[in-house]
Amino acid sequence: MGILDFLKRKPEPSAGVAKERLRIIVAQERSTRGGPDYLPLLRNELLEVIRKYVNVDVEAVNINLERDSGHEVLELSVALPDGKPAP
Amino acid sequence: MTEIIVVTSGKGGVGKTTTSASLATGLALEGKKVAVIDFDVGLRNLDLIMGCERRVVYDFVNVVHGEAALKQALIKDKRHENLYVLAASQTRDKDALTQEGVEKVLDELKAEGFDYVVCDSPAGIEKGAHLAMYFADHAVVVVNPEVSSVRDSDRILGLLSSKTRRAEKGETPIKQHLLLTRYNPNRVEAGEMLSVKDVEDILGISVVGVIPESENVLAASNAGVPVILDDNSNAGHAYKDTVARILGQDRPLRFLEPVKKGFLKRVFGG
Repeated sequence: MGILDFLKRKPEPSAGVAKERLRIIVAQERSTRGGPDYLPLLRNELLEVIRKYVNVDVEAVNINLERDSGHEVLELSVALPDGKPAP
Repeated sequence: MTEIIVVTSGKGGVGKTTTSASLATGLALEGKKVAVIDFDVGLRNLDLIMGCERRVVYDFVNVVHGEAALKQALIKDKRHENLYVLAASQTRDKDALTQEGVEKVLDELKAEGFDYVVCDSPAGIEKGAHLAMYFADHAVVVVNPEVSSVRDSDRILGLLSSKTRRAEKGETPIKQHLLLTRYNPNRVEAGEMLSVKDVEDILGISVVGVIPESENVLAASNAGVPVILDDNSNAGHAYKDTVARILGQDRPLRFLEPVKKGFLKRVFGG
């Protein structure tokens, strides 16, 4: 770093943001990996249906495919927003 | 016993071919008989990094199609007599490689007594990448400390444990090795770059090596000499350590501490 570098603005430390974003997306992609290809589509259509009634975020819908010995369980959870339900 | 090692990553430009060339050369330096195969059909490049581009007569696809014998297509390295290169074809036909064809070539290399076959995978998750990993016993997943590379390598780790012969046959899983390249400890210290630990935490697997970002890597590719042969570069030494670890030796990670600049450099730059 030389004298002139003091005039340049230093980049903000951003590794923390990168790590947090990766942690979330990697976990999400792992949960649907190996499952049927329709899972992301199913997730989007469910989201649309739910949004007819409640205004929820994309991240509020969570789909999980669990494999137990011999059978698979599709687990679906929707986090509803705080406050009054939609009329 | 022949061990097949795939060098893969998902994302392009992270250092697969650089790693394949150095890994193959490093194993040859340890006295192993090694073949390194370029699986990037249509975009041949390993020959350039190995410095044998003007000696390619027959390629991988020629052998698969029976147009040349394996012995005719294997290019003997000019520096190490137990190291051979099999170049990729320049054909645009993406279906030039078949699973049966690849298996035939690998079986022939086994019969020839090779200790290691290093498969340099193309980027992506298409057919070429699939074939490069399918028969592997070990995988070296090359990753840069950068978001898209880390995400892609997680995808590749998933494919390695599901879409390979070992996975399909229910055999012992492929041994996965994570190799972090283009690492810059100064930027990590400044909080601008993911650290070794960050990448290990996200992917849930520990690294087999960390290759520091180095000017010598470009110089090595310019010259067609694998960087592992450059004794003056940290990247070369880091590759040597990595090869030793893959061979089961215990070596501490090096070159992870920021390089402190001297007073003059701090004032005048450089």
